[in-house]
Amino acid sequence: MSASIAAAGSPASFVELDVNGQAVAVRASLSTTLLTALRDELHLTAAKRGCNQGVCGACTIRIDGVPMRACLSLAHGCVGSRVATLEGLAADPRMQALQRAFAETGGFQCGFCTPGMLVAAHALLEREADPDEDAIRGALSGNLCRCTGYVKIVAAVLAAASASKGSP
Amino acid sequence: MSSLAMGEVGRAAAQLEGEEKLSGSAQYIADLVRPGLLHGAILQSPHAHARIRGYDVSAARALPGVRAIVTGDDLDASHRMGAFIKDEPAFAKGKVRYVGEIVAAVAADTEAIARAATRLIRVDYDVLPAVLDPESALAPDAPLVHEDAAAYAKVFDAGTSANACSRTDFRTGDIASAWARCDVVVEARYTTQAQAHLSLEPCGALAEIDAAGRITLWSANQSVFRVQACVCESLGLPMTKVRCLTPRVGAGFGNKMEAHVQPAVVLLALKARRAVKLILSREEDFETVRARHPFSIRIKTGAKADGTLVAREMELLLDGGAYGDDSPGVLGYALLMQPGPYRIPHVHGHGRVAYTNKLRFGAFRGFGVPQVTFASETQLDEIAARLAMDPIAVRRKNMLAPGDPWFGGQPIASNGLAECVDTVARESGWEEALAATSTGAAEAHEADPAPAGQRRRRGRGVALSAHISGLLASGAIVRVLEDCSVLLNTGAVDIGQGSNTVLTQICAEALKVPIERVAIASPDTDGSPYNWGTTASRVTYVAGRSVVGAAAEVERKLKEHAGEMLECAPDDLELLPGGKVAIKGVEQRAVTFADISGRAHWAAGGPIIGTHSWVFDQKTFDPKRTAALGLPFSQIGIFSFSALVVEVEVDEATGKVRVLGAWAACDIGRAINPRMATGQIEGAFVQGMGYALFEEMVWDGGRLANPSLMDYKIPTIAELPETLRAYLIESDEPSGPFGAKSVGELGINGVAAAIANAIASATGLRLRRLPMTGERVLRGLLDAGEGRS
Repeated sequence: MSASIAAAGSPASFVELDVNGQAVAVRASLSTTLLTALRDELHLTAAKRGCNQGVCGACTIRIDGVPMRACLSLAHGCVGSRVATLEGLAADPRMQALQRAFAETGGFQCGFCTPGMLVAAHALLEREADPDEDAIRGALSGNLCRCTGYVKIVAAVLAAASASKGSP
Repeated sequence: MSSLAMGEVGRAAAQLEGEEKLSGSAQYIADLVRPGLLHGAILQSPHAHARIRGYDVSAARALPGVRAIVTGDDLDASHRMGAFIKDEPAFAKGKVRYVGEIVAAVAADTEAIARAATRLIRVDYDVLPAVLDPESALAPDAPLVHEDAAAYAKVFDAGTSANACSRTDFRTGDIASAWARCDVVVEARYTTQAQAHLSLEPCGALAEIDAAGRITLWSANQSVFRVQACVCESLGLPMTKVRCLTPRVGAGFGNKMEAHVQPAVVLLALKARRAVKLILSREEDFETVRARHPFSIRIKTGAKADGTLVAREMELLLDGGAYGDDSPGVLGYALLMQPGPYRIPHVHGHGRVAYTNKLRFGAFRGFGVPQVTFASETQLDEIAARLAMDPIAVRRKNMLAPGDPWFGGQPIASNGLAECVDTVARESGWEEALAATSTGAAEAHEADPAPAGQRRRRGRGVALSAHISGLLASGAIVRVLEDCSVLLNTGAVDIGQGSNTVLTQICAEALKVPIERVAIASPDTDGSPYNWGTTASRVTYVAGRSVVGAAAEVERKLKEHAGEMLECAPDDLELLPGGKVAIKGVEQRAVTFADISGRAHWAAGGPIIGTHSWVFDQKTFDPKRTAALGLPFSQIGIFSFSALVVEVEVDEATGKVRVLGAWAACDIGRAINPRMATGQIEGAFVQGMGYALFEEMVWDGGRLANPSLMDYKIPTIAELPETLRAYLIESDEPSGPFGAKSVGELGINGVAAAIANAIASATGLRLRRLPMTGERVLRGLLDAGEGRS
């Protein structure tokens, strides 16, 4: 075992994280990214590995409310922070409004970028309940989509904001 | 158009996979887990061309946690795969032919161990001189990428010799004497770049061996049947031994149609006798999968003084990379489509594909048409300028009218091109803009010869294009189950574009049942009817027709039962909405699908199952009209049409081009699902915009210099034009399911050409090389400025 651990990098230990409101013990070495911990150890696979370099945004999750790249965050660096994935945001009415709007406007095709897109859009709507198109473009410019051409994603976020009006 | 009982066809139904994709629970290849799963990793070639003298895997094997290692020594040299030319081993065998080619693979307890083990494998290479561009590949005495390519098995007359992978030649009319009858002749050379598909999901596969030794293979794919064929050809396995399935696919634009890592993963699983999953990193995906062909194009077009097109000649040279893959098809198809949707009586198209020591180039949305359209549609604008004609006027004068055949002779049954052109001209305000620029901009040019760098210029451009829907076999099975729900099985992989939804809508409409009553089976080579693949814009049209055919057989069987139950002739019966069969005009004399299904299961005839399978069988070329040599497809498909107008703004200080607006109209016969159809057009436009303006794979010698998303940029939401409108034109294709043609590729074909025409309209600058980066635009503007002074 020791040789295989050496091959894989630094030794793994258990780290306690707050993921989607629950305290969980995750096996992670010092170099294990949050994305690997979420996907491989906790089987929370909504966050996707599109580039593992922080560019594509498919792994977008929230750390203490801020949308972040799970592939650029180390699991050990998230101790004491609140980590939220799409799975954990599912009960939030604003996320549900986004999901409905994406379904109704066709704001996704293959769906691979969608969890990251939803988490980024969710953070935007929390910050700014009634964003205009420029604000949406700004907030989602770090999330790549190769299928939709983005038109229906913009429409979906506008529709979700409009549907959420009046809700807290 | 045929009347619709259910209103399912034509409805913007939400994608059936919405809930799973929007909750994050959809499972893609990387999300799958199996008992005892091992993780795989690949070792890639550091050389563009080298003979492999041997492998030393002892250190890798000694690493704890390593369960299997495969190298070329595990392959039989006689086993090769390929869509057109059987020239490709499962992975490198005997020699490596490009940097990044898979040389060996490891399965281990963790991905980290597998990756560490690949670094411990020693490969003894004898480095060979490489050929890195098609011109030098075709030079006499060039190093050979394949020692005896002519001897490989092929599915058509490719004319392969040395590094010449394939050649095609099409000829209509009398080109040699035609030029003399032209008042204006324009000839130029164009160059296009390699584009990465960049589906957000990297390629990967998972193989598992059952107790009987049978292999189950899941992978990111566009065709479970092509995966099965490639794996079995390259590993020498009987097709009955390999069952291919599909998880959700994180998009495919041609990259997942033929094999990628599946053969290596199957071999690892066979050797480890355990399930193995291997997912490529983004960099590996860039380096080992495939990309859009770089084209060298020479194009010559002649017209009369009134703008009537007379003659077109095009000569192509394609970089095919190390393996044939879909290259012969791309060449042949590009030459078929290069005249564009115009009446040109004299056409000669010829071209070659060269093997080089680069990544294989293959299918990519548009399949060669974006490249040739960049040349042909910009040349048409040059002719219009020479004749002082409006670009749209010259197109209207020459475009195929209803009833006109394609240049090779194939009749066209539905042609909505004129309505496409009218729509984009009207919606974009083309005439008003033209009036404004012909007074405003022309004067500005005169009045302001000031150095570049002071201002932004706007311009508009147009491009027309066509595409086919069709090709090869497709089947469907429709079953009415005992509870009267309906199961549809087509074998067509939904790669995210929504074909599961569209085919379900077609099935529901054909049987007059609500869409909720129909479920669609996931493609499975054991249980699905054959479907060549989700490619060639074929699923809505080809698989859709099979669904209609299978549903018609179900209807016939339902009526046979109902006739006996209601004591009347089947011909006197009709389907009623909601799953009933009734005597025509007597609604109350009806039996339900459930009644019939129960009877069929328990009393007579057996379950109600309808099947249908067909191959597009109309000849592309009329031999009396067109001579064809090296024709990869003889029966290609029906034609769809598109018109596109774009508006750009060129920053003269930086050369940067911004697309402000785009108006795209596509004649798709009938929109089965209008929202999904516009989604295809919008997505294709933005992908085409990246191709036109900045996407480019760059090689440093034999090594890809930008295999990452840091260095290879694709359009973000920030580049989305302020206006991007898609218009659906419905011309009612008589052979299509409910009149439909497909739409997957059409929208990308004219994008680079329309943007190039808009840049020329804004600045006078004609760029003949893609992509039209800010740097190239600025250089062009500066050179033009120096030329003037």
